[in-house]
Amino acid sequence: MKAKVIEVSGLTKKFGNFTAVDHITFDVKEGEIFGFLGANGAGKTTAMQMLCGISMPTAGAGTVAGYDIIKENERIKRNIGYMSQKFSLYEDLKVWENIRLFGGIYGLTDKVIATKTDALLERLNFREERNTMVKYLPLGWKQKLAFSVAIFHEPKIVFLDEPTGGVDPAMRRQFWEMIYEAADQGITVFVTTHYMDEAEYCNRVSIMVDGRIDALDTPAELRRQFNADSMDEVFRQLARKAKRGD
Amino acid sequence: MKTLKFLIEKEFKQMFRNPLIPRMIVMYPIMVLLVFPWAVSFEIKNIRIDVVDHSKSTYSKRLTDKIEASGYFILNDTPPDYRTAMLNMEHNETDMILEIPSSFDTDMVKNRTSGVGMAVNSVNGTMGLLGSNYITQIVNDFSSELRSELMHTLPPQSRASIKRMAQIDIVPQYKFNPSLDYKNFMIPGFMVLLLTLICGILPALNIVMEKENGTIQQINVTPVSRIHFILAKLIPFWVVGLVVMIISVSAAYLLYGLWPVGSVLAVLFSAIVFILSISGLGLIISNYSETMQQASFLVMFFILILILLGGMFTPVSSMPSWAQLIAAINPFSYLADTFRMLYLNGSKLADVTGNLLAMGVIAVILNGWAVFSYKKRG
Repeated sequence: MKAKVIEVSGLTKKFGNFTAVDHITFDVKEGEIFGFLGANGAGKTTAMQMLCGISMPTAGAGTVAGYDIIKENERIKRNIGYMSQKFSLYEDLKVWENIRLFGGIYGLTDKVIATKTDALLERLNFREERNTMVKYLPLGWKQKLAFSVAIFHEPKIVFLDEPTGGVDPAMRRQFWEMIYEAADQGITVFVTTHYMDEAEYCNRVSIMVDGRIDALDTPAELRRQFNADSMDEVFRQLARKAKRGD
Repeated sequence: MKTLKFLIEKEFKQMFRNPLIPRMIVMYPIMVLLVFPWAVSFEIKNIRIDVVDHSKSTYSKRLTDKIEASGYFILNDTPPDYRTAMLNMEHNETDMILEIPSSFDTDMVKNRTSGVGMAVNSVNGTMGLLGSNYITQIVNDFSSELRSELMHTLPPQSRASIKRMAQIDIVPQYKFNPSLDYKNFMIPGFMVLLLTLICGILPALNIVMEKENGTIQQINVTPVSRIHFILAKLIPFWVVGLVVMIISVSAAYLLYGLWPVGSVLAVLFSAIVFILSISGLGLIISNYSETMQQASFLVMFFILILILLGGMFTPVSSMPSWAQLIAAINPFSYLADTFRMLYLNGSKLADVTGNLLAMGVIAVILNGWAVFSYKKRG
């Protein structure tokens, strides 16, 4: 039995009268690739931001990487990586400068950063782009870079918010290879996605509907439960119940 | 502390890559100091005057010439009577009327005293006040000039009587800015204005820009401390402000020959303390704003208050007490005062310690607030 790196119960976030996340309870085990599914507006991003310590829960409790999400949110941040839905590296910094900045923020030394940067650019086949201003990179490359920066400091957990949104199928495939590599290194991956084929790549998936988690299991088990041939069908059966639109 | 190095490095790179900001930092002070000191002045010149000369004597002619030669007045007309002059004023052809009585010369010689009549169009209050002051000064000047001349023409026994009846003249002595050059007075003020605009607006737009770009989220999710983040935003503007000051002080010297009578280092040092406070204000505004539009609107509003209640254009001492209260917490008024003391009075650093202390306290409070209002968790 592997240790739980994320454990939350009754996690809730309200914006005024609107309940974005409604008492969700789940856990994520170490080294797992955990898929966090849901229609637009189901509350995935909000839930993820509470786990990352950038959104204050209205109610509920939990731990991430062993730290309390309410009181120890700054400690959590030392142990996680985060890639937001909207590309949010600095467009006016070069590739190596973005890597260096975030490496530095996480406390890596100049020397370690330099060595790791070389290795990373080599691995990504980005050597030529080292001095390219990030705004000039194509979207797929940007996403790869953002993911690499998110795990540059070797966090325990990496949170990916729709990392493959708007990216072509070939690039998506490469991206998932990177996710697997990270998981092999022992990084727990918490990923939200819209693509149901990607859900199949996850060890376990949860499906959010209207702020609640309506299903949570391995893809195979979910298909069996819902008597469906694919995750796509599972998702459609659940999403039909949703009252919130886009 | 190591984190700070990386953050500051990033801020400088972004600043220098901005197509406008580096140029603005250089051009702004030069343009402002090149243009404004000539245009923004409370000195009133070219006041149009009608002289109604009933005396038509040598003395009255001399007085008229003297008024014209002062440089403040333009002789519009010499109408035969007051009524015509008044019509001129009504038609807005003249601003002032000076009426010289027919007995002017005889009064001057025999009675050693005389009166002239004066009418001023006070629609423009400042001009009315200053215009009449100028005339009074010129007439006083003229009369003492005449008296000393008459002294020499009179037989010695009569001189004593004139001495006895010597009238009391008010002779103002203008200290510290002897030429009464308005530019000298305004230039230190413009330097404060420059620092306020550049080091107030840029930080105000900075954090909010990261919010609009979404990059702040990537920062918020890291363990970076709030103090480091704010310091990294603050320090680059400190450097920018210092550069602006060095350019301004040099420009003031090269363009106008104006150099601080006191210590130039004290000028730079007090600027540094001021920049911290004004940039702190900018960062607070940025923290509370969600969009650039909100931030620019807010920062303009506050800067306007700082400037207009800061004693640059109108002295703080003549403001109502509530406005003086605002001036007491206005870093602008402290620096404007400090710069004028250092530039014109020749004060030393020790003389402006009080102002520096006040600005220091304001800076600490504002930046503490900036750290506090930067929320990493929404």
